[in-house]
Amino acid sequence: MISGAARGGGQGGPMGMRGMGMGMSTERARDFKGTLLRLLTYFAPLKMQMLAVIGAAAIGTVFNVVGPKLLGLVTTKLFRGVILKGAGLGGVDFRYISHVLIILMFLYLISACFQYVQQYLMAYVAQTTVYAMRRAVEEKFERLPLRFFDARTHGEIMSRVVNDLDNISSTLQQNLTQLITSTVTLVGVIALMLTISPLLTLVVLLTLPMSFVAVTTIAKRSQGYFIAQQRALGQLNGHVEEMYTGHKIVKAFGREQASVTTFGELNDRYFEAGWRAQFVTGMIMPLMTLAGNVGYALVAVFGGILVIRRSIAIGDVQAFIQYARQFSQPITQLSSVANAIQLTIASAERVFELLDEPEEVPDAEGARTIEQPRGVVRFADVDFGYSADAPLIEQMNISVESGQTIAIVGPTGAGKTTLVNLLMRFYDVRGGSILVDGIDVREIRRGSLRRMFGMVLQDTWLFSGTIAENIGYGRQGAAREEIVHAARAAQADHFIRTLPESYETVLNEEATNLSQGQKQLLTIARAFLADPAILILDEATSSVDTRTEVLIQQAMRDLMQGRTSFVIAHRLSTIRDAGLILVMNHGSIVEKGTHEELLARHGFYADLYNSQFTGRALEEAGV
Amino acid sequence: MIRLLKLIRPYRTEIAIVLVLAFFQALANLLLPRLMADIVDTGIVKGDTGYILREGALMILITICGTACAISGSFFAAKVSIGFGRIIRGRIFNHVEQFSLHEFDTFSTASLITRTTNDTTQVQQVLVLMLSMLVTAPMMAVGGVILALAQDRKLGWVIVAVVPVVATIFILIMRQAIPLFQVMQVKLDKLNLVLDEGLSGVRVIRAFDRSAHEHQRFDVANQDVTNTAIAVNRIVAFLMPSMMLTLNFTSLAIMWFGSIRIDHGHMGVGSLVAFLQYAMQILFAILMVAVMFVMLPRAAASATRINEVLDVAPEINDAEEPRAPTGRRGYVEFDHVTFRYPGAEEPALSDISFRASPGEVTAIIGGTGSGKSTLISLIPRFYDVASGRVLVDGLDVRDMRQAELREKIGFVPQKAVLFSGTIHENIRYGNDEASEEDIWQAASTAQAVEFVEHMPQAFESVIAQGGINLSGGQKQRLSIARALVRRPEIYIFDDSFSALDFATDARLRAALKHETVGATVLIVAQRVGTVMDADRILVLDEGRLAGIGTHRELMESSKVYREIASSQLSLEELAS
Repeated sequence: MISGAARGGGQGGPMGMRGMGMGMSTERARDFKGTLLRLLTYFAPLKMQMLAVIGAAAIGTVFNVVGPKLLGLVTTKLFRGVILKGAGLGGVDFRYISHVLIILMFLYLISACFQYVQQYLMAYVAQTTVYAMRRAVEEKFERLPLRFFDARTHGEIMSRVVNDLDNISSTLQQNLTQLITSTVTLVGVIALMLTISPLLTLVVLLTLPMSFVAVTTIAKRSQGYFIAQQRALGQLNGHVEEMYTGHKIVKAFGREQASVTTFGELNDRYFEAGWRAQFVTGMIMPLMTLAGNVGYALVAVFGGILVIRRSIAIGDVQAFIQYARQFSQPITQLSSVANAIQLTIASAERVFELLDEPEEVPDAEGARTIEQPRGVVRFADVDFGYSADAPLIEQMNISVESGQTIAIVGPTGAGKTTLVNLLMRFYDVRGGSILVDGIDVREIRRGSLRRMFGMVLQDTWLFSGTIAENIGYGRQGAAREEIVHAARAAQADHFIRTLPESYETVLNEEATNLSQGQKQLLTIARAFLADPAILILDEATSSVDTRTEVLIQQAMRDLMQGRTSFVIAHRLSTIRDAGLILVMNHGSIVEKGTHEELLARHGFYADLYNSQFTGRALEEAGV
Repeated sequence: MIRLLKLIRPYRTEIAIVLVLAFFQALANLLLPRLMADIVDTGIVKGDTGYILREGALMILITICGTACAISGSFFAAKVSIGFGRIIRGRIFNHVEQFSLHEFDTFSTASLITRTTNDTTQVQQVLVLMLSMLVTAPMMAVGGVILALAQDRKLGWVIVAVVPVVATIFILIMRQAIPLFQVMQVKLDKLNLVLDEGLSGVRVIRAFDRSAHEHQRFDVANQDVTNTAIAVNRIVAFLMPSMMLTLNFTSLAIMWFGSIRIDHGHMGVGSLVAFLQYAMQILFAILMVAVMFVMLPRAAASATRINEVLDVAPEINDAEEPRAPTGRRGYVEFDHVTFRYPGAEEPALSDISFRASPGEVTAIIGGTGSGKSTLISLIPRFYDVASGRVLVDGLDVRDMRQAELREKIGFVPQKAVLFSGTIHENIRYGNDEASEEDIWQAASTAQAVEFVEHMPQAFESVIAQGGINLSGGQKQRLSIARALVRRPEIYIFDDSFSALDFATDARLRAALKHETVGATVLIVAQRVGTVMDADRILVLDEGRLAGIGTHRELMESSKVYREIASSQLSLEELAS
């Protein structure tokens, strides 16, 4: 990501690990059925493919399931042949055996083909579905009001789009077909077992509750350990992140040892939770195997006895043994699939929640476009607050002439972005109206309205791309000469040309190959290129060196020439020369007027202004 | 990977136990088909029900023993693998905590974080899998082959012949898929980058009415990811069907050749049935191992990244025989100091000399990249000089113990860094022995009391990680309080007032004046207005000392200073 100035907070620890074990789920969907149905609607355009997938999966599995039964026939024939041979009455019927084996060969081949077709189609179905969802999410972002983005951290939003969609994608790709094949296998195996021997089938089924109980009790047990493990890991990673980010401070205050001690404690805590979680998960496989093997032994014993009693053939026992093996596999699979689906539905629910967020009010019908904006701005009885019960602005009236400069003054955190939000209609007023060139902003197309404004804020936003592309962002289809011209006007041309690739220099992800000041110059160039009628400027130039600052000042002054400018002012010269000063504090506009008017009022502004000198006076007195 | 695995030594015994248990577990699983064959070949053929029951009971007994082995094995395996994670994690963290800033610069903080967190987890996860599956799988495969050959040597070769076939299919498919997986990761990262940029720049995008453009950028990336994902999954789609086909054909071959062997009277039918099962067990074991080999490269990459960190020896260490403190307090001296960042062509600082004494304020001013921050970070010995000496209280900083040196310094960085914890704890970070009174006093001087007391729990309010619930100015004030509570001999302020509004800034400076009387103060500043009354101003220009003196002296003697001063003062109309 590229962005300038301070961007609070990181993206937090590592991405959540998915499916740490079978049978665990720490999150559950609130409305499982509804979400599932809604997720299914995404398959609607792919109905045919989806049906084909299901069909192919079913056919492929059925053909495979028949195998052991046919192999059993061979064994029986063989056994008989051996006995016949022993009695001297003939031998093994190789024609029959080769016959069955060739049939099996074809069955297995067909089965493999269908399995392949099924997976091949599923790749398309799964990925296009996720594509559509990603697209829906991104399109949704375009329609969401700023309010949505302001109320959440990036990490939070990103995690929905990245992790949750990733969950959905891998479940669709892998687990969905597993669900089908496992079910078909289970049903097929039971059906075939029943055709051979209902009694033996019962014996095999007896092991079912055993594995079921084992898996569910363990799953319940382990959930607590897993939560503890995740929590410990979160704390551990949090500590690492903090200590590394603050390494300079840790060193400066000589706190390395304390940090290592804390880490040791957290590491131990993670170990204690981690090995328990791991152990409990590790128990599932052996227990499933136990159930399978017990079934195996029972089949061997009962089958053997039944063969002696001549109620079934030897080949049937062999088929049964193979079925008993195949039988436990889909059960294990189904339990992990069930868990994956739980997680996925929870993910899908979060994505749908996002898709259901209230959107920006669409542009009014017959909304207008202003072709030649003059930059006249009027606030008429404006009421505003981010929430209804905390009004920030009440009954505000200001009118700004074309080309005038309005200084916005106040302590840090006074909520100066509120003004930007209102002017650009990132938020709508609660009462009254804001008029640009005499037209209510709500009657102007948003795009057209926003194009009238140019923004140069402290939080310079650049994206990964070349310098030319970043400046060119100001206006679609700008020619190279126009870009260079804008850069020159913004005093940026010189430093750009000192870069290795000049205008084609690619900004790296954090744009660390540019200084803060240089980034600001680029945003000014971008604004020059956009050539807006109204400007919103932030004069703050923190962490900019003095020489670049001179350039920025110069560029800003040039940019303001002939444009209506709202300036978040830090300089007395700007403030004094401004046609109107808006004094903000705690988010609301407390005073407005010219410099002289405000001084004469002896209010908040006068205090603020004087503190500048008192501060210096105090400072001097201290020498 | 192998180098890292050496760290597992403390768990030798446990690993041996895991191996032994795995052996018995494999043995148990392999014995079952043998017993079953006996049931068929002896029990059924002879019609001996008692024999069948005895053998059946034995089978159940063996499988219970096998399960017991597996479960206790998983107990030790869990302890070993998670314990191994604990060892490496601890190693890296302890090692990194000794790093100087230079090592942090070379690796980048973000990369060190992933190496300590993600990469260790990755390696740990592989060990988990190795100990739970990879240990038994080869034993099963080898044991299975031995037993199969023992059962019937000639038929055994069928199984041996299939192994390379399975391996070839696997390698062929993976060779296609793995590079595509890597490509997909790159494209996915790109997609996320576009999305993240869209989120962080949402205001700008809307302001320039470029949503359509962003949408298109996203869609291109989205399609790109989707196409690659489809391609990858279509290749992987070959894997399971072809493996299953090989397995199934193997059993057909065993049936056919087995029939011939039986017809010739070389083996019993039960043995054939057992054989089929050995074949399945062996091939599944091989598949397991193959899957492991797919995961190994990822873990190996993580292991390499971890080793890279462990291989770097911290550059700055305490002297073998540190010199005893001199008893002087607050004297800082640069004696012809030249410093260059490792690998840099030009020195960041050249030939800097000056002295600062208690009670004096030394300001450092200059453009970006002129070396201001570098200069002050040499005092707490964040870096070592290339030539010349940095002296604190008359001793070369390289001859002092780092802990003793830093004890003397109250450092306030440019970017305020706070830790998660209460405000109280954060201020106290500067000095463990600080009393409540001291903490309050420090906060008050730093102009933090007002906003702190407005917070719901006042000094006990919790700061979130990264301090995201505080504004930049608030963080700076707390960071200043943290240095104040230390009552150091030397204060270093690295442009630490930038996020404060002018009223707060002025009050803070005035309060600081009283607090720092008798201490040595070094301030890095951007604005002439804030340093005009310093006892000494160092003007840096591209790493060289372009002037030193008071405001008045420099206005006359230094061209660079005059340039800076005139540009700012005329703008601010604050000239004296």
